[in-house]
Amino acid sequence: MSAEAMRLSQGGVIDRSRPLRFRFNGAELSGFAGDTLASALLANDVHLVGRSFKYHRPRGILGAGYEDTGALVQLVGTEDAPNRLATRLPLREGLAAKSVNCWPGPRFDLGAAAQLVARLLPAGFYYKTFMWPHWHAFEPFIRRAAGLGTAPRRAPVDLHYENRNHHCDVLVAGAGPAGLMAALTAARAGARVLLVDDGLAPGGRLLAECTMLDDRPALEWVARTVAELDAMPGVVRLQDASVWAYHEHNFLNVVERSPRQKWIAQRNWKIRAGQVVLATGALERPLVFPNNDRPGVMLASAAQCFVNAYAVRPGRRAVLFTNNDSAYAAVLDLADAGVEIMALVDARTDPPAELVARLGGRGIEALAGHAVVDVGGAPRVHDVDVAPLADLSARRRIPCDLVCLSGGWNPTVHLLSQSGGRPRWAESLQTFVPDAMPQRTHLAGAVTGAFDLASCLRQGAAAGATAALAAGFAATPLACPAQAPAEPYRITPLWFVAPPGRRTKAFVDLQSDVTLDDLRLAIREGFSAIEHVKRFTTAGMGVDQGKTGNVNVIGAVADVLGRRPGDIGTTTFRPPYVPVEFGAIAAKRPGPLVFLYRRTPMTKWHEKAGAVMYEAGARWRRPGYYPRSGETMQQAIDRECCAVRKAVGIYDGSPLGKFEIAGPDAVRFLDLMYTNAWGDLAVGHGRYGMMLSDDGLVLDDGVSFRTGEDRWLMMSSTGGADAVYQRLEQYTQLEWPELRVVVTPVTTQWANATVCGPLAREVLRKAGTDVDLDPRAFPFMTFREGKVAGLPTRIYRVTYTGELSFEVNVAGRHGLALWQALMDAGREFGIEPVGSEANHVLRVEKGFLSLGHEVDGTTDPYDLGMGWIVGKSKSDFIGKRALQIRRGQGTARRELVGFQFDDGTTLVPEGSPITPGGAQGDSEGYVSACVWSEALGRTAALGLLLDGRRRFGERIWIRPPGRVVAATVVKPAFYDLGGQRMRG
Amino acid sequence: MQRYSIFSLLRNALSYHEGWERAWRAPELKPAYDVVIIGAGGHGLACAYYLARDHGITNVAVLERGWLGGGNTGRNTTTIRSNYLRDESIKFFDASVQLYEELSRELNINIMFSQRSQVDVIQTWPKLRDLRRRSMASELQGADYRLISTEEVYRRIPILADLQRSRLPVIGGAVQERAGVARHDAIAWGYARQADAAGVEIHQNTEVTGIARSPRGEVTGVETNRGAVRAGKVAIVVAGNTTQVAAMAELRLPIQSYNLQAFVSEPIKPVVHVQVNCPDAGMYVSQSDKGELLAGGAIDQASSFRQTPRYSVLEDAVTALIEMFPIFRRVKLMRQWGGTIEFAYDASPIISKTPVPGLYVSCGWWGGFKAIPIGGRTLAYTVARDEPHPLNAPYSLQRFDRLNFLMEPGTVTNR
Amino acid sequence: MHLVPCPWCGERHESEFAYAGEKKSPRPLDAGSLADDVWIDYVIGRANPRGVTREKWWHVRGCGLMFSIERDTRSHEFVAGSAEAPR
Repeated sequence: MSAEAMRLSQGGVIDRSRPLRFRFNGAELSGFAGDTLASALLANDVHLVGRSFKYHRPRGILGAGYEDTGALVQLVGTEDAPNRLATRLPLREGLAAKSVNCWPGPRFDLGAAAQLVARLLPAGFYYKTFMWPHWHAFEPFIRRAAGLGTAPRRAPVDLHYENRNHHCDVLVAGAGPAGLMAALTAARAGARVLLVDDGLAPGGRLLAECTMLDDRPALEWVARTVAELDAMPGVVRLQDASVWAYHEHNFLNVVERSPRQKWIAQRNWKIRAGQVVLATGALERPLVFPNNDRPGVMLASAAQCFVNAYAVRPGRRAVLFTNNDSAYAAVLDLADAGVEIMALVDARTDPPAELVARLGGRGIEALAGHAVVDVGGAPRVHDVDVAPLADLSARRRIPCDLVCLSGGWNPTVHLLSQSGGRPRWAESLQTFVPDAMPQRTHLAGAVTGAFDLASCLRQGAAAGATAALAAGFAATPLACPAQAPAEPYRITPLWFVAPPGRRTKAFVDLQSDVTLDDLRLAIREGFSAIEHVKRFTTAGMGVDQGKTGNVNVIGAVADVLGRRPGDIGTTTFRPPYVPVEFGAIAAKRPGPLVFLYRRTPMTKWHEKAGAVMYEAGARWRRPGYYPRSGETMQQAIDRECCAVRKAVGIYDGSPLGKFEIAGPDAVRFLDLMYTNAWGDLAVGHGRYGMMLSDDGLVLDDGVSFRTGEDRWLMMSSTGGADAVYQRLEQYTQLEWPELRVVVTPVTTQWANATVCGPLAREVLRKAGTDVDLDPRAFPFMTFREGKVAGLPTRIYRVTYTGELSFEVNVAGRHGLALWQALMDAGREFGIEPVGSEANHVLRVEKGFLSLGHEVDGTTDPYDLGMGWIVGKSKSDFIGKRALQIRRGQGTARRELVGFQFDDGTTLVPEGSPITPGGAQGDSEGYVSACVWSEALGRTAALGLLLDGRRRFGERIWIRPPGRVVAATVVKPAFYDLGGQRMRG
Repeated sequence: MQRYSIFSLLRNALSYHEGWERAWRAPELKPAYDVVIIGAGGHGLACAYYLARDHGITNVAVLERGWLGGGNTGRNTTTIRSNYLRDESIKFFDASVQLYEELSRELNINIMFSQRSQVDVIQTWPKLRDLRRRSMASELQGADYRLISTEEVYRRIPILADLQRSRLPVIGGAVQERAGVARHDAIAWGYARQADAAGVEIHQNTEVTGIARSPRGEVTGVETNRGAVRAGKVAIVVAGNTTQVAAMAELRLPIQSYNLQAFVSEPIKPVVHVQVNCPDAGMYVSQSDKGELLAGGAIDQASSFRQTPRYSVLEDAVTALIEMFPIFRRVKLMRQWGGTIEFAYDASPIISKTPVPGLYVSCGWWGGFKAIPIGGRTLAYTVARDEPHPLNAPYSLQRFDRLNFLMEPGTVTNR
Repeated sequence: MHLVPCPWCGERHESEFAYAGEKKSPRPLDAGSLADDVWIDYVIGRANPRGVTREKWWHVRGCGLMFSIERDTRSHEFVAGSAEAPR
């Protein structure tokens, strides 16, 4: 293992006792625990990390954290994952990564051919060409160039994510000086604190800057503070974790990228915070000038961070370029680390004398009123050209391998913006700062635009105290550690440097390859609203979502337009603050837990019996049919139908909606809910009812039984149960609270085994019952309570198959026992379990309605031929008025009819349209159901047909795929028209 | 007007692209126009374009509160399809697909209409029944929506997870070959550029604050933050805010606004080449030519004007995404956003004259992006002739007068 | 991830609730006496304000209470003290 050429012999927060090996683009390299991949690469003097999105230009490391734009890599091997940001990727033993968006490699990349035709590819070039002959001729080539990394080819198996819910009194985002003071103040006051920091180690900018607190290195204060926080039971501290979303109602998300549990890849936190302290700091922005994207061009703050936090020299000879004061501290740190400072180029004509003097003392030249006008070297910086701003053509070449930029600082207002706040332009800082805070949010530190350490600490203590106070804890701001006097921060805007002559690309958004010329082109073509500029050029649309480039884009556009940046507008930042793995958001929800099914107490029995189970509405997992070995689906359905028509079948009716309606006004309530009248029904009897919406269309249907003078059991369809429940509650609770009636949903309280067929009575008798099953003692549409097979039951005589039928209801816990007992008792009678397919055939034979088939959201009772169910003498019911209004027009409507085919074996798919004469054109109806009926020995179909009831006997034409089928319109019932069998 | 072509691009490259003209002018606001269109989204700009092209009406102002194309036109997931259920809807939306097919040449801007097909992945029997009915209805109108086998679903979406033993196995699919996506901004810009060239004025940052009416109730113009503008005809085309603007003319409409969100991943090398819609799982996804996965899910349950992403909805959509495509677990969410869509009582749009003489409205759009060309064209027809075009006659406001709904389950893709 | 203030249970997670639409004036018990347009507006009309609106919320996976409450459609904030439960 070769020593790292650029590693300093001491300093940093790396653990030199734990060397690590890793591979990058196949080369074996080394680093230390505590390194990021980026710092380790720089330690090995690797600057070229990848190629850019559009032009495939060589790119290196710009930042040291999430402000970086180019250092995206693909993890390879077992951890295969695309687009990992090297500046926030903790180095691990054996880590293997490679460059993205280049082939065969970053040094020689065929895609770089794009640079040869770059002049043809200005912003939005694709809008102006690729139209002839057709976009489809070009799109495949564009698509081939798309994307950065690649998704793993196979789903990772040993990859686990976790979600965690969390409540805290105070959430502190950022563990820099402000965040630490805030967390400590709130925690000491007794608040439950969650402290989240996206760095690999706490301290924020204290890691990057050589600062003293209480006359000791600041990191000692950080360590002490963190140790105290970690010892407090009410404090949770997450490192290498980002608050990525700030929603309404102080709900936030945190992604924890390095959970202590090694088997968990990432953990996504869902946090309800009482108060939030945003101590998110600020990000430095680069400067815009020709070739400002070459590997070796880096933010001054990042260079400082690599030196101080990671003990890495990011170059041997550096030029710094700034328009503000903060680079002056960075330059000294670099010099102390042994980087030869070739020049500090300050765009300001009169940089603060004391700063210039400080450099002079170290023999560093400060070029006032100058700018970097070009960067030479490929793929890495070799030299820069500098020139006075007053005469940009008076160039002077300075050799260097590192260019450090400081274009000023942008407060990290993203989370505040997500929470609903709007940033405002601060002229003195030349950037956006937070304005109003719509939620329970407090701000501290650089995010407020206060960039000096003293203010950060003070504001942190104050915010921690106000947050804790607001959360109900007696808190006062803690005293801050002693620090050096604050240095002022002065900045003069310099949005871009555009030397005359040859056009060289000057990037404003490195990630999206957007140049200054692109912005100018957008404005020239009239796309001058900032959102138009961004959409036209794609600025801010990259992986960093404009973290680094957005303010420069706004500044440059304002400059070109001659307006103030604050008047140009800002960006509304949306979640996520940093990209978050989809796996972390979904966590354990996919797989066996996704799309939960509802099961009846008998579901396991059905599965064991070999039923084909599937979702059949409202998430119920139901048996479709029970095939025997060698049977086709149709054969199984025929057999089940036959059993019901000729012997006996048993059906699991548990999913049917059931509601208990109780109270003195129950009858009045039912009269309003249903179209028909209920008052005359005797206790023990039941009646079919139809429920409309107030728009006059059918909502649901079912039978209700009067179980007592003031007590009813209402049944709804399975699929309509939820809607019916809401309907009932809405009217009892909100619309007519004066009605004395209470609704209790009892769908799952009751299990229902429906025994149907001519031998149903024998089966019940055999199972043993104390209920008198004689038709005179227990007639159709009544119910009885009693024992069946020793279980307490309630038996309803109601049918959906048209046969003699007993719906035996028991408490859910007895469902399986009842089912088993009935199956045992029925064996000698040839009982067959019946699935929903056979049930469908049987109901079609009878012409009974089905929600989702005939009742498709467009029909009213008259359409269904059920005008008799509309209580004309009733003063009101839900839907009555609308029914009158719509019916009053007298226009023809689609009505329920049956269809008979010339050939008794013809089947058409359900949903087949009917058109006049079978022509291709507008439909006049459709087939809602079409089945083979074993009982009839032919097929039977139902459907809705325009003016259908006046057209019995008429020929109509159905258009299933690829053919036209004639049929005759008949009444919508085919079997036992008199209904003797079900009443028997 | 400068034409866009490879030749003009080459020519301009020689002069470093300094010769490009403005795509549209920034004229002074006049005191009067023949027609004022409120809202410079896709539908409003298309209406302006077709008023000029089809009806010779060019004394038109399009007034936009913000920047043109900044509402739902620039926020949607750009699906273009016509697999609806009702004859009226299929005709209308298929006419739109046909206009889209010619739109790049018509507007001389590459709208990048990529007819990559939409594949519906069917996982429940009720959904199969629903989509089968829609496919047969589609055939009647000559549209190309049809069912396909499970094997065909996997052939078209090779990276779809093997779900055969999952809770919701794939039991079939449906495809519309001519469905696709297009570049949303280009459509707004293209219509704006051509409407402007025809003489229409587009005024951005011009907020309508009132609708002026004569004592007899007829529309006489609008009030704006830049002064009053007279016009005998005013069209409201402000998806999301229709209720508020219509109220300026005391018009109450049967629509409700909701927040619908979408999200994109970081760019990855293309692996999904069709639009995938999973109505049972509750998610749809396509991959852009930049490599981003573009996905969405359900609407917020409660009415909203907030235009922000909502976590519970994201969580459900991402869960469905990962269930269907486990290889995306390590791919990262990059951006989320929301938009305000409208839903009429029967889920069909409204393109209609109103009880207020001279006032027209186009609203109730949910997935209205796919209808921009035909919606703009039929609205222009309605405004110019004060009567509906045959294609938008079913979408009149009058249908509600006697509660004659045009219930359309095909409006919402993912359920 | 809203917190919905249930008058019985206090603030609870939104997943326990169902939104049941705009709250209109109580449905008249005798709809027959109303003019057609009044009734049609009752059925399909929507206030749909950009701002505070009164809505029906149902604590269906909780205490079962259906109540009306004011909410701002711009911020999603519920208006404190605005909940009305019938009994």
